Amino acid sequence: MCSLLHPALVLIVAGLFLPLLRGVYRNLCMFIAPVIALVLVWTVAGTVDCRMEFMGIELQVLHLDSLSRLFVTVFSIMAFAGLLFAYRQAGTVELSAALVYAGASLGVCLAGDMITLFIFWEIMALASTVVIWSGGTSASAAAGMRYVIFHLLGGVLLMAGIIAWYHDTGAVMFSAMTLDNMATWFIFAGFMLNAAAPPLSAWLADAYPQSSCSGMVFLSAFTTKTAVYVLMRGFPGTELLIIFGLLMILYSIVYALLENNVRRMLAYSIINQSGIMICGIGIGTELALNGAAAHAFSSVIYQALLIMSAGSVVYMTGKRNCTDLGGLFQSMPVTAVCGIIGALAISSFPLASGFVSKSMVSQAGVDNNLFLVWLALQAASAGVILHAGLKFPWLVFFHRDSGLRPGDPPMNMQLAMILFAILCLFIGIFPGTLYVMLPYAVEYVPYTADHVLAQLQLLLFSGLAFFLMLPWIKANLGATHDFDWIYRVLLNRIFCMLHNVASTFVNRARDLVITMLGHVLRRLNGIVLSGQRQSLFLSNAILLSVAFLLIFLSYALSA
Amino acid sequence: MITGHLPILLLIMPLLAAPLCVLLHRDILSWFLALLVFLGVFAGAWALLGSVLEIEVWRYTIGAWESPWGIELYVDSLNAFVLVIVASIGAASLLFARQSVASEIAADRTYLFYSALLLNLTGLIGVILTGDAFNLFVFIEISSLSGYALISLGRKRLALYAAYRYLILGTVGATFILIGVGLLYVVTGTLNLQDIGVRIADVSADRTLATAICFLLIGLSMKLALFPLHVWLPAAYSAAPSVVSVFLAGTTTKVFIYVLIRYVFDIFGLDTIRGILPLGDILVLLSMLAILYGSWMAIVRSSIKSILAYSSVAQIGYMVLGIGLFTRTGLTASILHMFNHALIKSALFMAAACLIYRLGTDRLEDLRNSSGCMPWTRAAFVLGGFSLIGVPGTVGFLSKWYLLQATIESGNWPALAVMIIGSLMAVVYFWKIVEAFYFRQPAQDTGEKMTEAPLMMLAPLWLLILANIYFGIDTDLTLDSITLAVSSLAGL
Repeated sequence: MCSLLHPALVLIVAGLFLPLLRGVYRNLCMFIAPVIALVLVWTVAGTVDCRMEFMGIELQVLHLDSLSRLFVTVFSIMAFAGLLFAYRQAGTVELSAALVYAGASLGVCLAGDMITLFIFWEIMALASTVVIWSGGTSASAAAGMRYVIFHLLGGVLLMAGIIAWYHDTGAVMFSAMTLDNMATWFIFAGFMLNAAAPPLSAWLADAYPQSSCSGMVFLSAFTTKTAVYVLMRGFPGTELLIIFGLLMILYSIVYALLENNVRRMLAYSIINQSGIMICGIGIGTELALNGAAAHAFSSVIYQALLIMSAGSVVYMTGKRNCTDLGGLFQSMPVTAVCGIIGALAISSFPLASGFVSKSMVSQAGVDNNLFLVWLALQAASAGVILHAGLKFPWLVFFHRDSGLRPGDPPMNMQLAMILFAILCLFIGIFPGTLYVMLPYAVEYVPYTADHVLAQLQLLLFSGLAFFLMLPWIKANLGATHDFDWIYRVLLNRIFCMLHNVASTFVNRARDLVITMLGHVLRRLNGIVLSGQRQSLFLSNAILLSVAFLLIFLSYALSA
Repeated sequence: MITGHLPILLLIMPLLAAPLCVLLHRDILSWFLALLVFLGVFAGAWALLGSVLEIEVWRYTIGAWESPWGIELYVDSLNAFVLVIVASIGAASLLFARQSVASEIAADRTYLFYSALLLNLTGLIGVILTGDAFNLFVFIEISSLSGYALISLGRKRLALYAAYRYLILGTVGATFILIGVGLLYVVTGTLNLQDIGVRIADVSADRTLATAICFLLIGLSMKLALFPLHVWLPAAYSAAPSVVSVFLAGTTTKVFIYVLIRYVFDIFGLDTIRGILPLGDILVLLSMLAILYGSWMAIVRSSIKSILAYSSVAQIGYMVLGIGLFTRTGLTASILHMFNHALIKSALFMAAACLIYRLGTDRLEDLRNSSGCMPWTRAAFVLGGFSLIGVPGTVGFLSKWYLLQATIESGNWPALAVMIIGSLMAVVYFWKIVEAFYFRQPAQDTGEKMTEAPLMMLAPLWLLILANIYFGIDTDLTLDSITLAVSSLAGL
């Protein structure tokens, strides 16, 4: 049996029991669960294994090593801060779903085999859907539906891949794979869907902004980062990932720059940051993998911080668009400062967390003579600085005064933001604390004169570009169609049209045949049929002719 | 002493209880008698499965006339397992039935209802247990005739029409089966199923045999509602009294799928079939169409029972798909899905019945007005729906796992694609219902708060839901019996 209580179960059970509890017990149950998970993975040293049997297959439900410990750590911290941000404002359903969601993502990170992984993967998809639905608007209900269909599609692909893998190799253990057969391609597709890789990426920007202010904080952290984790485990060094990563980085920058809705813009920046990690996984050297892992850790935190800050603004003002906001620094100082720290971190400003992690990936690109990758990553940094680093804080907190005077959000929301802001700076200033947790030994030194100068240069010129481009950006805000338009609008229209055409055709044809048969019958012996009998008569006639046709066909075949 | 006659007792109990019900006449007494019989059958079925898992085959000769001259009951792990499905769903439906029936069927006809239900059970058990081809037809007619009567008792006018339609098509199907049996008798000179299986090997593949097999297969396809011969099913399930939907959805089609499996794998044998027609390809093709068509129709329907009925058409597609692959895993998947789908669909129809009991309607439009009430029923429905979609931890997941495994194993990519699409379509139609449950604003506030369904209805519903979860986690019992059943069938 198992020497360790499964941390994922702690959160999931807490989430399921949450609706039954009230008052202080509810809060206790909510906040203590992530802490227990954190304690559990840090009180055992080395690796832990836990096995059980299901459907006659041996499963390794718990496999703890340094990589999974890193992800469990950041997810637990994230769950804690997210709950702190949400617990007074969000409904019980959302909190409960968020706990299950966080628990399932821990389960994915701790799964030693692919069946366990898949089970938690599906729980994650469902729980996150409930988080989106908790947005409570009809838009969030519809977006949640599209979201869950996408994720269950990913789930079926993953499942088909796992079964094919099991069929080919007779094993289900989760280890590094290569893309050389159908099984691994299916698994890869399932993973990439959750990582929001194009062309299956539009679900993210479609669904996340429809969740509640607090819901999006959870959503930003778990789904894409677990995908990063499984890719790191399953497909390290797969070159195709570099291409996907670059595509994600570049495409999301363009959309983020043109987006007017604050939270939708930040949703694109999630894709962007995941792209950097996926690039790192694709490069596949120890430094690159370390970089991807470190970047996952720091980006979970600053992304959540940015989204909390944006969420606070939306929560306090009720406005979602950049153009309606502005000049909020005076009345929301805490939110603004925290948002700016998040913006600095995502722009890789020295002394903030993004700097110490992202530069590892860039450096890995340089070390491997991947000039294009390095160039693209630099361009991406510039792009990130533009949209998340400057556009978000500038348009929301400064710029033109919108006349809104909302005040800072409630205390718990402020506390959560302050906690994460401190973490961002702490990691940036003491990168060693993050580096010791990484899967491989780190020799990388982030604070060299080169790195700092190059990054400052980049920041400076991006800043310049931003203020030069500002009029143009503002003129083009909100003029985008993402892929989701295809299935949200276009496919819907096509389906409706097809359905109408088909049903008209079928009805016409049936009426015609019924009338004709009616004529024949009347001619023959004067029988008049009522409408219902007519259609019964018709369907029977058709059925019998089909049956006889089948018989004669088989008859002909056997002869 | 008495355990030695267990198979025939299972048949005689409901058969004798049916007229007794008519004599009792009072509705509560007839319900109680029927409940006792169903529970007895339930216990007997599990006992039978237990003993068959040990001794493998139990051939019970009626009146001690040795087969093939006498008539025998033939029990192996395959049909004992199917019997367990029918008996379990039957027992749960009867526990559930009392209040739902009282609210939907006139009090002076209730005893007739239970009597017909007992006859239906007799027919189904007979079909499962008999080892005689002609008796099989007789039992099919017993179950079908009582089935038509049961469906016609539905409240809506549509029920009469649906029953009439089912009557016509069902009779055509039964006649086809009878013609097939007659021709088989001409070819082999015997009516004992196992004996036919032995002798058919010596028969050269001639036209009579081919015709016999075709008639039988088409008759069975009509009875098990395989696309495109499914047209009787949606109307019948959605118009029938709620309890009848619960019972029929979990049992009838499964029993005929069992008969199909028995004929194809055990009696004809794959070699004979392959010499006559490409049955595997036909079944796979039809089941793929069934999955797509059934799911699509379920998406466009607007009342819960109708959605569930069309979903059944699709799910029958999954079961037949497993059979049509002609592999061990495929057959395992198919039998497993019979069991699982019985649990899923009966639970969902029960939840629908609870809603109808309180709200008087199952149209999605009307459900909007009642959002927020009946939380237990709705929660049960959602869990059942999870099982239908195949969420891990439910039986639906196991079905999905084995079916995918079977299609991947045989490298049938179109079928794999259809399964993937079908499972997504299932999400869409299930979601439509959930949306009406939880995410629509009430059109107008009626002021009155609907109460939860009575405990006597909720308890069996939740029993089935818990079974959905239990058998989704503990797979020993189901998979052991199915593995035994599959390995006993020849030709794989």
